Amino acid sequence: MELNQFTAQELLEKLKARQISSGEILESLYARIKETDSQVKAYVRKRPENKDIPISLNEEKGMLNGFPITVKDNICTEGLATECCSKILQGFLPPYDATVIRKIKQNGGTIFPLKANMDEFAFGSSTENSFFGPTHNPWGLDYVPGGSSGGSAAAVAASSAIWALGSDTGGSIRQPASFCGVVGLKPTYGRVSRYGLIAFASSLDQIGPITKNVRDAAILTGIISGYDPKDSTSVNLPVPDYTQSLTGEIKGLKIGIPKEYFVEGMDPEVKEIIEEAINKLKNLGGFTSQVSLPHTEYAVPVYYIIATAEASSNLARFDGVQYGYRAPSNNLIEMYKLTRAEGFGQEAKRRIILGTFALSHGYYDAYYLRALKVRTLIKQDFDRVFNDFDCIVTPTSPTSAFKIGERSQDPLKMYLSDIYTISVNLAGIPAISIPCGFTKKGLPVGLQIMAKPFNEEMLFRVAHTFEQNTEWHKLKAKL
Amino acid sequence: MKYQTVIGLEVHLQLNTKTKAFCGCSTDFGKAPNSNVCPVCLGLPGSLPVYNREALNSAIKLALAFDCQIQEHTKFDRKNYFYPDLPKNYQISQFDLPLSKNGYLDLYSQDGIKRIGITRIHLEEDAGKLIHEPGASLVDFNRTGIPLLEIVSEPDLNSPQEAFDYLTSLKNIIEYLDVSDCDMEKGSLRCDANISLRLAGAKELGVKTELKNMNSFKGVKDALTFEVARQTQLLETDEKMIQETRLWDAENGQTVSMRTKEGAKDYRYFPDPDLTVFVIDPATVAEIKARLPELPQEKMDRLIKEYGLTEYDAKILVSSKKDAKFAEDCIRDYPGKDKKEIVNWLIGPLLSEANMRNMQLHELKLERKELINLVGFVQKQEISHLSAKNVLNQLIGSSRSAGDLIREGNFAQISDTQALNGIIETVIQENEKSVNDFKSGKTNALMYLVGQVMKKSSGKANPKVVGQLISRRLTDV
Repeated sequence: MELNQFTAQELLEKLKARQISSGEILESLYARIKETDSQVKAYVRKRPENKDIPISLNEEKGMLNGFPITVKDNICTEGLATECCSKILQGFLPPYDATVIRKIKQNGGTIFPLKANMDEFAFGSSTENSFFGPTHNPWGLDYVPGGSSGGSAAAVAASSAIWALGSDTGGSIRQPASFCGVVGLKPTYGRVSRYGLIAFASSLDQIGPITKNVRDAAILTGIISGYDPKDSTSVNLPVPDYTQSLTGEIKGLKIGIPKEYFVEGMDPEVKEIIEEAINKLKNLGGFTSQVSLPHTEYAVPVYYIIATAEASSNLARFDGVQYGYRAPSNNLIEMYKLTRAEGFGQEAKRRIILGTFALSHGYYDAYYLRALKVRTLIKQDFDRVFNDFDCIVTPTSPTSAFKIGERSQDPLKMYLSDIYTISVNLAGIPAISIPCGFTKKGLPVGLQIMAKPFNEEMLFRVAHTFEQNTEWHKLKAKL
Repeated sequence: MKYQTVIGLEVHLQLNTKTKAFCGCSTDFGKAPNSNVCPVCLGLPGSLPVYNREALNSAIKLALAFDCQIQEHTKFDRKNYFYPDLPKNYQISQFDLPLSKNGYLDLYSQDGIKRIGITRIHLEEDAGKLIHEPGASLVDFNRTGIPLLEIVSEPDLNSPQEAFDYLTSLKNIIEYLDVSDCDMEKGSLRCDANISLRLAGAKELGVKTELKNMNSFKGVKDALTFEVARQTQLLETDEKMIQETRLWDAENGQTVSMRTKEGAKDYRYFPDPDLTVFVIDPATVAEIKARLPELPQEKMDRLIKEYGLTEYDAKILVSSKKDAKFAEDCIRDYPGKDKKEIVNWLIGPLLSEANMRNMQLHELKLERKELINLVGFVQKQEISHLSAKNVLNQLIGSSRSAGDLIREGNFAQISDTQALNGIIETVIQENEKSVNDFKSGKTNALMYLVGQVMKKSSGKANPKVVGQLISRRLTDV
């Protein structure tokens, strides 16, 4: 079997036993990229076919022994272009590593020299908003991989990455994971440092793993988590060994099924697959019961006010002054206007304008302030449920992957596809998506599990148990 | 006065912390451009701010010195606007939950005490520096992120002079706290003013004018003075006043309109999500309060009480913290019971010497014990007051002792009757008119004659003794 077909844990064991070298793993990945990436387009800024991609293995040994990881294009990697797949950050070479990158390097990991495709600045749910064009779903090349971490998810699904880092603000790890039939986790807000993650919405963003199985996600989460004094929003709590949570049983766990997540608009195939998955959890010993998260209907509007407001401010720094694209112009105002008009894509502009409006004089109280208050209500819904339940289970997305171009003309429809993932970010709780079935067209469906803050252990326990008692994680996309 | 002047001042103060407000970069002044920078203060993508605890403590210290209420919950807000000296295109500042509010500063004058309200003192970060050259503008980010405090006064000042006094007192207190260099020339203290006029007795405020670009306290006073005249004229001629910002043009002594408030900026303030809400522990505030140094007014009151100084004398001594320390040390070490002597020397001849050399008292190269010795010699009448002033002049910057200088310069006072009688005789001979004036009862004439003896003796004669001798001599005969 090709090395790129193994899981991270399997390869790490082989590395430790010196049966293989990390150089061989890299070669296998490059070979797989040659085989698949002209169709999948998971990676950006690739060199032409006849040029070798330089290999720079990590000299430090650590537990990773040079093992490579694919990184989303919005995480700063020193000396390696980080552009958020936007024209306005063209050529930006960070002079520093994000904290998660530093942690990976300290553990002996190698940063894969090609970055993963994404929706520009993480604005999107399909990776169609990338300056470099869309990524194609390995399970159906006419279909989107989901977004905004579509490149990371597609690469893992195609085995052109063993594991990858994505970022999640409203579902951008979990939704592409579900569309691509892989595992994706958004940690608790504050669990993983945001230092070096190019910000979209500061109060919602988190970096997390996208992997082939739950065990790999547990390993990677352990490596990247932890308090960072450089991030005022990171929390000083010890990081447990998450692999200890992979007990393989869930007897007696109380699982809440929120009624608001099973309403109109849900694809009937997805509904059936999810209901079967919930039954499976019952068979494995879990007690399922209906719960209510009454403020669910407000999640999408609240999110699109708060997230765009924060984004409008976070993206103000892209102005052509210090780095990135600068439009030719005759004076300061012209430089600002032209650089941003030419440098930003449509969706970026849409969100910046929305966010600016929400914060503007006369509208702040009615929109932004009100949204902050409703956010608290949404969080309280979860607090209440977690008093009595160990976890909450829902679909990750109301549908499986849609076709490329199908929703890109209808931003509102696109926004509504985030409905199951968004509340999680608003409440700051952790959540994981795992594969739980396929539609008749052969497109993956994801099951989402949520837990209370800093209880990633619960997610790994439930997810791993489900995974080990099903075969979904063993199926591979045919490319 | 037909019109009442209403002035409010906004002072921006750079704190003298070693590192910047949100990162560990040095705040050292005068370094090569863009050398004190890092991803955070450059606002590079992905960077995050972490607040400087020392800056917070300095801010609390200052707020307490003005008797402000420290807010238990405070937060940072983003002030959004585009400018090349602002790398994130927003400034981290404070909007609706400032660190402190409702304090005051008392102004002391011969008319009594006037209380000037301080609306708020809040935290923010400084921007970079733009340098314009033909064909290009350059940005230096060394200054970006230096911690600033904004001190906003209530519109309680009613004249340009009061504004000047407010700034002087403010600077004095800040100096005592040692939280800033407060040097307007170096830019560590900046001041904008808001001024309006209204009919005396009116309740509502007039149309406000914002003044900027004043580079010294005197500049502030001059700009305000010009504005009072300009606005008075406008009001008298019934011209419509518009709310605007004007720049002080020091060279031409006038204010010039910058922009009208019609296009007032919307900064879209919102809580900075990268920084959490701060809870300020009352115990920390209490601890900082306990460690507050003695402030100028307190020190003044104490000097008056302990050493019997007059208010006037005490005020001069406390006007500079380091000078106050120097003076207090001298007063304390002075062996005499009546401290008036040493105080007079400090605020009289020594202050003159300092002013002449364009220095502060404590900067003079003068050994405390030598000054005290010198004053002692005067007390013991071994040297005249006039001669002592000469010795003082030479003592500063010299490594010689007072005693040595007196001996070498032959400054010793001549009190010996025999030595003096000779000179006295000569003077009496040469000044017949004055002698007659004195005999006919004009006491001024005695002063004149003593003066002549002092002149002839190069200031060394003991004037008291001379006076007695002349007096006896002339009444006897």
